[in-house]
Amino acid sequence: MAEPATATQAAAPAVPQLKDELDIVIPTIRNLDFLEMWRPFFQPYHLIIVQDGDPSKTIKVPDGFDYELYNRNDINRILGPKASCISFKDSACRCFGYMVSKKKYIFTIDDDCFVAKDPSGKAINALEQHIKNLLSPSTPFFFNTLYDPFRDGADFVRGYPFSLREGVPTAVSHGLWLNIPDYDAPTQLVKPLERNTRFVDAVLTIPKGTLFPMCGMNLAFDRELIGPAMYFGLMGDGQPIGRYDDMWAGWCTKVVCDHLGLGVKTGLPYIYHSKASNPFVNLRKEYKGIFWQEEIIPFFQQTVLPKDCTTVQKCYIELAKQVKEKLSKVDPYFDKLAEAMVTWIEAWDELNPTGSSVTNGKAK
Amino acid sequence: MSLSIKDDEIDIVIGALRPDLTSFMNEWRTIFSRFHLIIVKDPDLKEELKIPEGFNLDVYKKPDIDRVVGTSTSTIFSGYSCRYFGYLVSRKKYIISVDDDCYPAKDNKGILVDAVAQHITNLTTPATPFFFNTLYDPFTEGADFVRGYPFSLRSGVQCALSCGLWLNLADYDAPTQALKPEERNSRYVDAVLTVPARTLMPISGINIAFNREVIGPALLPSLRLGGEGKFRWETMEDIWSGMCVKVVCDHLGHGVKTGMPYVWRNDRGDAIASLRKEWEGVKLMEEVVPFFQSVRLSREAKTTEDCVAEVANVVKEQLGSKDPMFARAAKAMVDWVKLWKSVGSST
Repeated sequence: MAEPATATQAAAPAVPQLKDELDIVIPTIRNLDFLEMWRPFFQPYHLIIVQDGDPSKTIKVPDGFDYELYNRNDINRILGPKASCISFKDSACRCFGYMVSKKKYIFTIDDDCFVAKDPSGKAINALEQHIKNLLSPSTPFFFNTLYDPFRDGADFVRGYPFSLREGVPTAVSHGLWLNIPDYDAPTQLVKPLERNTRFVDAVLTIPKGTLFPMCGMNLAFDRELIGPAMYFGLMGDGQPIGRYDDMWAGWCTKVVCDHLGLGVKTGLPYIYHSKASNPFVNLRKEYKGIFWQEEIIPFFQQTVLPKDCTTVQKCYIELAKQVKEKLSKVDPYFDKLAEAMVTWIEAWDELNPTGSSVTNGKAK
Repeated sequence: MSLSIKDDEIDIVIGALRPDLTSFMNEWRTIFSRFHLIIVKDPDLKEELKIPEGFNLDVYKKPDIDRVVGTSTSTIFSGYSCRYFGYLVSRKKYIISVDDDCYPAKDNKGILVDAVAQHITNLTTPATPFFFNTLYDPFTEGADFVRGYPFSLRSGVQCALSCGLWLNLADYDAPTQALKPEERNSRYVDAVLTVPARTLMPISGINIAFNREVIGPALLPSLRLGGEGKFRWETMEDIWSGMCVKVVCDHLGHGVKTGMPYVWRNDRGDAIASLRKEWEGVKLMEEVVPFFQSVRLSREAKTTEDCVAEVANVVKEQLGSKDPMFARAAKAMVDWVKLWKSVGSST
């Protein structure tokens, strides 16, 4: 666990599952060298690269990968005035990739995330585990003390009602990170040397009604079930805040999932996070977020979506409305964000016309 | 072990459902021997208890139980419920309770797990029920709160209950184990996590620890199945008690943790035989879970005893008419609060 797996250790699976149903979305400003290490696991899949930063720079993609690449010029061209909802100079731009994808599933990963090793030394195929998580049910209504009951060698424990054992569809699979943990700037400053070396061999469903901090570094989701809620907000250039894109998407997504009866899993798979970003830079980006989240969290905890919100889009528009009503007083930024949330849905529906208003799940 | 916890603040309570505790006690000796133990013999057990030397313990048998609570009341302590008598008479702050068919487990590195130390660590570090930390227990060495975790929630709340797990024979119900007779739990999950507020779960009594000062009265013998027997497959008493405890903890703002420590649970009994004998318990949960999920305690319920009394009332009103078993459970809860006040409270 102290080092990542080397490329030769990573063995490709015999049959890459969901090869034609899953897109891998990668935001980058640097290069995509890290893909070499992931090649045995990723090569069968289509990549959507979202290039952040200077569009005149050329991002080299290693040979042999099937991909589409979008820079800022492409985003502006495709979305026109609606491009204003996509962040500039922040990895939040990755959600553009979700919008243009035509696949059912998305896996997104940061370009400083490598293949991790499990305690036996074996290279972890993170994509394969995410797929397992997404293809098996979640159990948000009652906590199973032996974690994911659908994993090999586990099951529901005594006392778990049989009527709840079918579970619900899994919308999100949230993976974790060995080595550099996803800490905020203050924690990084206090513990610059802390590394996550603990491999916790568990996947679990986050219970209904419980919020969590969703990290976008190693994340997969069912685009058809929850895609429109995965908006990564307004961050980066011209915005008062950064490093809250995935957090915002996670809080919105969890509220919508809870409302529609969809599941969110966390735990395996692990990736190896290699690069620690500069904590002082991070502090400047996160600073406002640290204060704002004290208001934002109670807001999301108390949000109730009306029964007639039966699709993700309807839920999201309603959320945007409530953000405008209740969070504008925290900062005018939330006014802008609420509008951007609406723009996002409009853009999503424009780029994904058929079947985009199909009822997802059951409103509670 | 936390330096601030003295060994004499801890009682280890063992319910003896089988007479020969020799190998059990010897396997746990290195871990248990520094603590005071309370061994409660199942009042239905006829044979004499066999307990090896070298422990600091008190043993309670039927005559002792009769003397303390009266012969009519002592029936509530039959079977696995005998350990509640130990909780009642203990005067220590922390109680750790393990079934008599469990041995110490080994972790992934092959090192013996000190279940007592881990339970005490769980109980003496804060719980975080209001927001989920994706790196599990933030107070564990080498872990912390992740980005996006609100700072105002980082001091956490007191942990009142620590629920451990089991390697080998997991705590499955009889139908599940009968369907998969060879399945054994070999997955050691290196984590402790707080069960979020308002999330309920099946709390198994096989490997459990709690802060008696904070929630003592909420762990109680009340629900007894018609065919309740001497195997966990034939009981739901701990699951019922656990639901009450979680509701009370959620109301009073205390935390409940789950995960490590693991114990090694020995193979015992026959799931199919148990299923034939008592299968109604499994059906019960269909009522019990939605019921507890809907329970809301009043603002006036400020102590654990008050909370338990309120839960008992709601059980009586909403479930009592559905099955006499629930009506009896409600009464047992009310009686327990009285018993706790007279016998359980420190004098």
